[in-house]
Amino acid sequence: MRPLTLGRLLLRCGILALVLFGVVVVALKLGAVQVSLYGLGRDLIRVLLGQSSSISSDYGMIVVDIRMPRILLAIVVGASLSIAGASFQALLRNPLADPYVLGVSSGASVGSILALMLVNQLALSPSFAGLITPLGAFLGAALTITAVYFLGRRAGQIDSGTLLLGGIITASFLQAIIMFLMSTLAGGNLRGASYWMMGSLSTPPPQSLLYLLGFGFLLAAGAIYTTASDLNLLLAGETEAMHLGVDVPRVRLVVYLSASLLTGLAVSVSGTIGYVGLLVPHAMRLIFGSDHRMLLPAAALGGAIAVVIADTIARTVVAPSELSVGAVTALVGAPFFIYLLRRRLA
Amino acid sequence: MSTPHRVPSPPAKVSADQPHGNPDLRLSVEQASYVYAPNPAQAPLFTLEALSFQAKPGEVVAILGPNASGKSTLLKLISGALEPLSGRVFLHGFATHSLPPKTRAQRIALVQQESRLLFPSRAWEFVLQGRHAYGGGLRFETEEDIAIAKNALAQVGALDLADRWMDKISGGEKQRVILARALAQQPLLLLLDEPTLHLDIGAQVDLLDSLRRLAAQNRYTVIVVTHELNLAGEYSDQVVLLQKGKCLRVGSPASVYQRDLLEQVFQAPLTVETISSGRPRVTILARK
Repeated sequence: MRPLTLGRLLLRCGILALVLFGVVVVALKLGAVQVSLYGLGRDLIRVLLGQSSSISSDYGMIVVDIRMPRILLAIVVGASLSIAGASFQALLRNPLADPYVLGVSSGASVGSILALMLVNQLALSPSFAGLITPLGAFLGAALTITAVYFLGRRAGQIDSGTLLLGGIITASFLQAIIMFLMSTLAGGNLRGASYWMMGSLSTPPPQSLLYLLGFGFLLAAGAIYTTASDLNLLLAGETEAMHLGVDVPRVRLVVYLSASLLTGLAVSVSGTIGYVGLLVPHAMRLIFGSDHRMLLPAAALGGAIAVVIADTIARTVVAPSELSVGAVTALVGAPFFIYLLRRRLA
Repeated sequence: MSTPHRVPSPPAKVSADQPHGNPDLRLSVEQASYVYAPNPAQAPLFTLEALSFQAKPGEVVAILGPNASGKSTLLKLISGALEPLSGRVFLHGFATHSLPPKTRAQRIALVQQESRLLFPSRAWEFVLQGRHAYGGGLRFETEEDIAIAKNALAQVGALDLADRWMDKISGGEKQRVILARALAQQPLLLLLDEPTLHLDIGAQVDLLDSLRRLAAQNRYTVIVVTHELNLAGEYSDQVVLLQKGKCLRVGSPASVYQRDLLEQVFQAPLTVETISSGRPRVTILARK
């Protein structure tokens, strides 16, 4: 018997954080403009010391003003989607649940677009618009997961197959709405349909929205983490969890709301990036086991690593042009998923 | 946060949380009834009529009856998962359905027919789940939790299974580990829903022997829902006989096991004899 201890948890998270750091350094270095490792280190230290004004080279500006915000965004988006995926999988007792597959991301997209349209209509100030979009995305995500949850219920129980079908159908319905909104009401700064359906990190949001994103992430991820040991028991089903002392309605409410918030925030700044919430928790489960006290932080760090890598590939392989980051996650995701499946069967 | 177990939680509301009735009795089902209805306007799908019985510490009670007689509903009422439509179910004077989830899990453990797992876990991890109700939030398992889990595995003779995967052990072994998790909850009341369903005869006897022994040693009150007339007759102190939502008889196996009654309830020709231990034995006969 070797139950999880705080020491082991921190050690493992430390290792993952080191991997993330390494990936970030490589991501900062790679791009259309080459940056030397030495120059990169020097500029980063200056930024940390608050002397960003003393960075004179163009290279430094590219790293600090263009690549760095984008990478930070990738970290938060990846962590958010991955935690949301792990939570949905536990709560819905479905290993294939994730914000993308269940249509929650598409719901958040529709919510974002409607919010942006509202902003355009009312000619609100851009800073206010920055608040409205994530709110719309959150509402869209929360409404979608509620709808899918009820679609997936049969005789009072969540049915795996029905739930997935409900999610996929909801997703395609919402994508049709996105296409409709895009083709009939284009104009303003609604971004393109491909952004909402494949995702992109190429235009980091304004500073104020980034703070909101960070704050919302900490709030929602923290709330989900307080239910980590409850989620372990929910894997055995709601009735059994209840008999083991889990306050099921409370956990369900906290986790659905928080996971919707995470998805909404991620989608409002990066569109729909698929498969992260499906693959990363699976990979982490294979490495670290299915104890959510370990799995949730591992999924957050793993999701950050995955999206930073995916985005680096998206902006470098066809440079100076760019791929959608969602296309990269889908391209890499499907074969990796098959590999995981085979390994688990072996 | 480490709460000393079996301390009643502070009363939250009304008299439901105050000790009620005779506290010497551990379990007291008082005129409890339940109705399943899709909506109030329609005729109910199933009705469990008001029934009463009591059980003391160390007692084994068998709930018997054909399918759709209300056995599982009664078990849900006792476990507090359902609120009785009328009447009450008291555990040491507290209504079971109004106990907070953690307190309830510290007093009532339920062993279900099948425990499905989404992702595989090892037997010791599974047993430690029984300690959840004693921890708060993220609390990592203490030495005490591990000792209790090990002891629980030892009590059902499954200590050697501790490091095995739950999906790689036999049905009988799995049932023992599930029982160990219930013991790790350190309950007052141990509920089992058809625990012998997928077990071979040897494993059935092993399980019921351990239940009998655990009830005596740990002073559990054990409630077993079962179809096995002879196992219930052999191992239980009290039998609750149900048919179509009605409680027909409550009493010792010898007093409940009467040929006419059982034939009528189970719709099968049978004979009842009393063996040397004084316990009844049922033999099912072929229909002529």
